[in-house]
Amino acid sequence: MSPATGQPVTIVSSVVQKYAETAGGLLPCLHEIQAKLGHIPKDCVAIIASGMGLSRAEVHGVISFYHDFHNEPRGQTTIHLCRAEACQAMGSRKLEEHVKSRLGVEFGGTTADGRFSLEPVYCLGNCACPPSIRIGDNVFARVDAARFDRLLKEV
Amino acid sequence: MVKVFIPSDTTACALGADEVAAEIALHSEQRGLQVEIVRNGSRGAFWLEPLVEIDSHLGRIAFGPVGVNDVFDLFESGFPEPCEHPTYMGKVADIGWLKYQSRLTFARAGMTDPLSLDDYRQHDGYSGLMRALTMSPADIVEEITASGLRGRGGAAFPTGIKWRTVLDTAAEQKYVAANADEGDSGTFADRLLMEADPYQLIEGMTICAMAVGATEGFIYLRSEYPRALHALKQAISNAADANLLGNDIGGSGRHFDIQVRVGAGAYICGEETSMLESLEGKRGLVRFKPPLPAIEGLFGQPTVVNNVLTLAGVSTVLAKGADYYRDYGTGRSRGTLTVQLAGNVRYGGLVELPFGVSLRDLVEEFGGGTATGRPVHAIQVGGPLGAYLPESQWDTPMDYEAFAAAGAMLGHGGVVVFDDSVDMAQQAQFAMEFCALESCGKCTPCRIGSVRGVELIDKIRQNDNRQGNLDLLDELCETMESGSLCAMGGLTPMPVRSALKHFNQAFEAGQGNEKHD
Ligand SMILES: Cc1cc2nc3c(=O)[nH]c(=O)nc-3n(C[C@H](O)[C@H](O)[C@H](O)COP(=O)(O)O)c2cc1C
Ligand code: SF4
Repeated sequence: MSPATGQPVTIVSSVVQKYAETAGGLLPCLHEIQAKLGHIPKDCVAIIASGMGLSRAEVHGVISFYHDFHNEPRGQTTIHLCRAEACQAMGSRKLEEHVKSRLGVEFGGTTADGRFSLEPVYCLGNCACPPSIRIGDNVFARVDAARFDRLLKEV
Repeated sequence: MVKVFIPSDTTACALGADEVAAEIALHSEQRGLQVEIVRNGSRGAFWLEPLVEIDSHLGRIAFGPVGVNDVFDLFESGFPEPCEHPTYMGKVADIGWLKYQSRLTFARAGMTDPLSLDDYRQHDGYSGLMRALTMSPADIVEEITASGLRGRGGAAFPTGIKWRTVLDTAAEQKYVAANADEGDSGTFADRLLMEADPYQLIEGMTICAMAVGATEGFIYLRSEYPRALHALKQAISNAADANLLGNDIGGSGRHFDIQVRVGAGAYICGEETSMLESLEGKRGLVRFKPPLPAIEGLFGQPTVVNNVLTLAGVSTVLAKGADYYRDYGTGRSRGTLTVQLAGNVRYGGLVELPFGVSLRDLVEEFGGGTATGRPVHAIQVGGPLGAYLPESQWDTPMDYEAFAAAGAMLGHGGVVVFDDSVDMAQQAQFAMEFCALESCGKCTPCRIGSVRGVELIDKIRQNDNRQGNLDLLDELCETMESGSLCAMGGLTPMPVRSALKHFNQAFEAGQGNEKHD
């Protein structure tokens, strides 16, 4: 998720151009913008809308419907902590408290140094070896407080 | 040259398989050993991951679980030959946990390099499609109907009937949409299949396309599965290069393409009409039915929506014949059930068995009880909308009808085990909370009712007007059940009611969190 170089507007325009003719292309378009810029800047919604032949309300509606999409800048790395049942069965509620206090943020928040954003996730498909977290694109199994602290140091 | 297999599966890697692979490569090189490392799929015995296998004169030999710190010692003991070591498991074929399963859909998982088409074909892959290409569309549909295959996504709808509808609906354009949204906590079978044996899904979709006359396919994959995305993209590209997708499939002159579309973190997009909206680039609002997606689906065209495992099952049915498949199972639940043992369980992972095994046998015999060593207290089956079953119900045979009769559901086969430290009132509250978070917002009983449900259970847990609020909760559940458009709002009461009914002590004054850590 390293932000690409160049003006956000230029980047957004070129991504939009790529998907303009794709049927149902808005989701892949938004995913790619977010992968490149780390978030979907609010002032780019108009460019996306006109390029994709949609209204601004439609684009905004889609961005706000899906948990993955963000309008605000994010930390360099996103940490997803699983809150769902299989992880609860192995103490994820306790892990959640630890992670929040260790990072000093609530869900949706970004650490003061801008390194990490913390998000809840409902299942990572690692349910036989919980609790699970995802750091960037890597999933980690059987995470307790000590393992979390170690993983954080290695990022 | 010795072949060493180290899974590339998400769970295996979450337990360190990548590091183990790197360490084994390093040691082999340092020792000048001729070793070929194959990143296979996982066999789904996650309690043994990272499970390292070697090809030896005795057949496939397993070591597990292997940590990075075991690797030096392993080589000192004689690895990569069969050798004495605490992680030595003997022949893979003799591991009871695997041996006593009936692997149809997951027969290849862990055996092969997931991306190798040669491996796939050597293990019976694409024989189903080759057969389908010699059959008429109606005959393929008939074969699926005769197999008794029912949808594995949760609703257990007969697959043959769905396909028949799409086949019989005339249209210029038809679609096949594979539902790979796998949102239920406690499930990972779709992920495992896509990472370990992606061609099986691709083959199943292609057979479906030949049967109903579709030319375009989509796989709607949740964004939480980056490794599956990588495997699918590569497999699709390899299949296209081998003329197994594209303009002239297997020289038949038939055309079919597949694209992967990634979801964006919305549980409701697993519901089929919400998924179609999302594929169209919209908010995932659930559609009214009718029209059925089979008649007016993606972009208004006839569309088969099937779960990943359903489509994978199609490959088996065509390869081995409807009768072969039908011979597994019981009553109206035919074939195999893929149970995912999850949560607080000692030997967690994927267990594929004919329908009809009891929950108790699964959790005790395969699962080995809890990971924490405490007594099993509650088992949630079928995901976040499924019931919590108390011990008195663990002898229920795992088939669709028996579970429905017990006020529960099999769903996608997720089995989440809880020990006696669980606070069942808190679990009931979470069910409502999850519904509030993930509701698409289209209907009031679901959108508002779930928020009210959280508040009510909170009050009950705090002993605030207990009886009055319990009565209100009961009414609220009824409203959600009868007034919701889809099963999100309609089934959220199932875990809540099962907790109230079978674990009512948890809702009594002063029970709360005391046991919970
Ligand atoms: C809230 C909700 C979530 C669902 N999530 C999934 C899912 O993640 N994967 C899936 O295959 N089916 C899911 N379903 C079921 C689908 O609506 C649909 O029945 C299924 O994809 C059809 O395929 P099948 O006949 O092969 O099971 C969900 C249903 C509901 C109501
Ligand atoms: S029940 Fe809930 S998720 Fe389903 S359509 Fe209604 S509001 Fe949407």
